[in-house]
Amino acid sequence: MEYTTDLLNALVLISNYVLIPAISYGSQLALGAVGVTLVFGILRFANFAHGEMMAFGCMATIFITWWFQSMGISSGVFPTALLALPFAILITALLAVAIDRSIFSFYRIHKSRPVTFVVASVGVMFMLNGLVRILIGTNEIIFRDGQKFLIKAGVFKKMTGLSEGLALKQTQVLTFVLAVIAVLALFWFLQRTRTGKAMRAFSDNEDLALLSGINPERVVLVTWIIAASLATLAGVLYGLDKSFKPMVYFHLLLPIFAAAIVGGIGHPLGAILGGYIVAFSEITATYAFKKFIKYLAPGDFVPDGLAQLLTTEYKFAVSFFILVLVLLVRPTGILRGRVL
Amino acid sequence: MSYLIGEKLTGGYGGPDIIRECTVSVDQGEIVVVVGPNGAGKSTAMKALLGMLDLREGRVLLDGQDISALSPQQRVAKGMAFVPQNQNVFVTMTVEENLEMGAYLRRDDITETMEQVFELFPALKTKRTQIAAELSGGQRQQVAVGRALMTKPTVLMLDEPTAGVSPIVMDELFDRIIEIKRTGIAILMVEQNARQALNIADRGFVLVTGENRFTDTGEALLANEEVRKSFLGG
Repeated sequence: MEYTTDLLNALVLISNYVLIPAISYGSQLALGAVGVTLVFGILRFANFAHGEMMAFGCMATIFITWWFQSMGISSGVFPTALLALPFAILITALLAVAIDRSIFSFYRIHKSRPVTFVVASVGVMFMLNGLVRILIGTNEIIFRDGQKFLIKAGVFKKMTGLSEGLALKQTQVLTFVLAVIAVLALFWFLQRTRTGKAMRAFSDNEDLALLSGINPERVVLVTWIIAASLATLAGVLYGLDKSFKPMVYFHLLLPIFAAAIVGGIGHPLGAILGGYIVAFSEITATYAFKKFIKYLAPGDFVPDGLAQLLTTEYKFAVSFFILVLVLLVRPTGILRGRVL
Repeated sequence: MSYLIGEKLTGGYGGPDIIRECTVSVDQGEIVVVVGPNGAGKSTAMKALLGMLDLREGRVLLDGQDISALSPQQRVAKGMAFVPQNQNVFVTMTVEENLEMGAYLRRDDITETMEQVFELFPALKTKRTQIAAELSGGQRQQVAVGRALMTKPTVLMLDEPTAGVSPIVMDELFDRIIEIKRTGIAILMVEQNARQALNIADRGFVLVTGENRFTDTGEALLANEEVRKSFLGG
């Protein structure tokens, strides 16, 4: 009986600190990585500005949220940011299209090499980074309102009688649900609609797509709109779940790229898979398993140390490690995307 | 005057001229084959007709209309269909999706055209939901030709359609091309398998170093001693 309780406690512990956070973080990474992979598939370059596009989208959401709040508009138990999200997506999509028209289209006309596009996107990244800081500042902003927890740790303990608590934040559930909806909508679009199929055809074989009469500028336009929408959604979900700090989105670029490459770049399904792989690895490698082992180990065995592989400061090393490993062992990624 | 004419085409890919004063023409309901040794500019001549290279001289006429200034996409919209030699299918898409993409420019109902393609290539019908990467080489060529036919073209241009397929598959494909010709489409083909291609051709052009060397009916070219010796291996 005591062992069963220990087992349950261990399960709750791991769910609370690894499983649930990894699922929501993985969903956020997946949304970001799908955007990166789509741009890569269609425009054939790695867009370094994607993280900043997430920051910009989140910033736009915050401004609109504040405006709504000042007018007394809210969405009850849900965060007001959800109401602001569609408007922010519109603004970010317009920005992405404007950037494409003013910067990337120039290099397309000149048929520049992919590396030129990448460097241009680094420039865009710095530009957006500066823009966001000028507009909203560098401070941490918490813009979550509505109900915070669906399950509180204390209530859970009382209910179950276990010594470990399980907390489930509303933002974690929202993240997962919205990510699933967004991904399903994207796949439906790519598999079923004329424009979606044209995008896949263009990504598959550009010359043949042109010969079939597919308009490349239209495909590029739609790609930016989708990438900006996904970036805004990912940025807002991350910001709601944790908090908004402009610098964080710059750091997120690495795990997002790792996710896209692990899954097979140019492959939306792979990007989703990669997002969860990176998130689970990062959180598992930085979690201290001391208590977990204590529950599961027979007798009164307690590990001397924290049983933690890496401290959380090193979490980015995990993405790096996965990235290098994949590039060495299977450069096409799990689902056999393109080689960068 | 022929339906599609490339008149005295001169040009290349930015560097030296690959074709010089090269003339190729094809009529509706006719198979015309362009043959010649490697590097003779056969594929280049065909790409010139489609507007894929910069012409320094010459013009392209389609149904009497000068289309030299049109982009490849615009020429496709005018009824010219092209099957490239390599990478001529969308490998990650299903057979059906490949055909749909071929008909991308059309806004009307395409099911009838698709049925016609399936009648021509029955093997594709059973594999319609399979992705093109899983098909055999011959079936891929069928998808490539089928994709091109989806626009209901008046001219079908094929760049070495039998490259890399077995002799049996080649014969089969040539039979299908004759069937397509009977529907009144003008067919222009570049071929390495010169003898077999000239066998089914109404007319043939022999190109050497980017210039016309012989122009005659397929039969006459096959009978021509000099052509046989130099280009058909005796």
